[in-house]
Amino acid sequence: MSDTNPFEPKIVAYVCNWCTYLGADLAGTNRLEYPSNVRIIRLPCTGRIDFNLVIKAFEMGADAVLVSGCHPGDCHYTAGNYHARRRWMLARPLLETLGIDMRRIHFTWISAAEGRKFQETITEITDTTRALGPYEGYRKLAEASA
Amino acid sequence: MEQELRDTCKRLLEEGAVDVIIGYGQSMPDGPVCPVFIKKAEDVGRLVWNRQCFGNLATYLTRKEIKALGKPAIVVKGCDERAVVVLEQESQIDRASVYVIGMACEGVGDPPASKCGYCDVHMPRFADAVIGEVANEPVSQDGRYAELDAFMKKTPEERFAYWTNELSRCVKCYACREVCPMCYCNRCIVDKNRPAVIDTSSTPMANFAWNMARAFHQAGRCVGCGECARVCPAGINLRLLNDSLAKAAEEGFGYRAGMDKDTPPVIGSYALQDEEEFIQ
Repeated sequence: MSDTNPFEPKIVAYVCNWCTYLGADLAGTNRLEYPSNVRIIRLPCTGRIDFNLVIKAFEMGADAVLVSGCHPGDCHYTAGNYHARRRWMLARPLLETLGIDMRRIHFTWISAAEGRKFQETITEITDTTRALGPYEGYRKLAEASA
Repeated sequence: MEQELRDTCKRLLEEGAVDVIIGYGQSMPDGPVCPVFIKKAEDVGRLVWNRQCFGNLATYLTRKEIKALGKPAIVVKGCDERAVVVLEQESQIDRASVYVIGMACEGVGDPPASKCGYCDVHMPRFADAVIGEVANEPVSQDGRYAELDAFMKKTPEERFAYWTNELSRCVKCYACREVCPMCYCNRCIVDKNRPAVIDTSSTPMANFAWNMARAFHQAGRCVGCGECARVCPAGINLRLLNDSLAKAAEEGFGYRAGMDKDTPPVIGSYALQDEEEFIQ
């Protein structure tokens, strides 16, 4: 952390138990280094990742959120990720209407074999969020609510 | 039309076909139009039909106090009927045990409510009895999302600032929820406190959380009756949020809630070929 840019983004990653979490695990066992800015939250399935959870992350000071699960066709519960995908297709326009910064919400499919992809994804999100700076919009909202 | 409505309801009650009429009435002469629940044939004179019949009475079909009154007949406009269709789709009502009285409607409000400007359901389509006829043909639907499209021309920062200001007036009275025919959960997510998903205090941040959750729970279900915005004591334009979801459902999936009960609901079904360019 340099003195000129002390900001380090806080990133919350909601990942599914069966693919992305194992992908993150693989990155670890392969000694692939990724930024420690990410807080991984493991859930049973992307189908479980409630819209409110993403908002909650912003409320609690996250600067970016990642939602990640199994590739289409790979869901442990057959169709959880398809349901999640459709839900997000509707949720995104709502968030856009509200003026939420969509550059801070990321979606990926990362399988249990893609440790490298997990590392690259987290690195990329950390870099872009660092460039964006803190999520002032939500931070101000939080300050006004304190 | 009003007399024909009263006659139909009188006959239904006298024949014992239904136990209660859910309709529009006035609590006092020249007073505002309010919902009335009529159980006796001699009381049908209390029913009214005029341009002040804004309310979407379908919301009462799922209330346990109203269910306790027996088999209902409900007075609906074309737009309200869409809510009845969604309730049937979601197995909240048994359509065979609800008598639907559809009113031909040329728009409510004076001047007409904005939703009436692009209404394409002036005539109820699935009602058991239809009363009246409409003179004008269904109008152009181009304006359906005009307000939303104009709003979306603002930058995200401007939109966020707009909602921060608008939602700061929300007092969390939950009138939007109470009036909504689609909000029939026995226990609303905002009333759950272990764990509390949504902060119940009326702070700017908690107001955002509540209004987002309320809107999103209507995704692909909102029929656009606009009652939430009409009853909001703070005058927040909640329809803008509902419209963003309705537009996404219509443009992405060609789906409009309550138009056809046999189309699978957009949330709760999926397709393998759903677009996923936003997912890396």
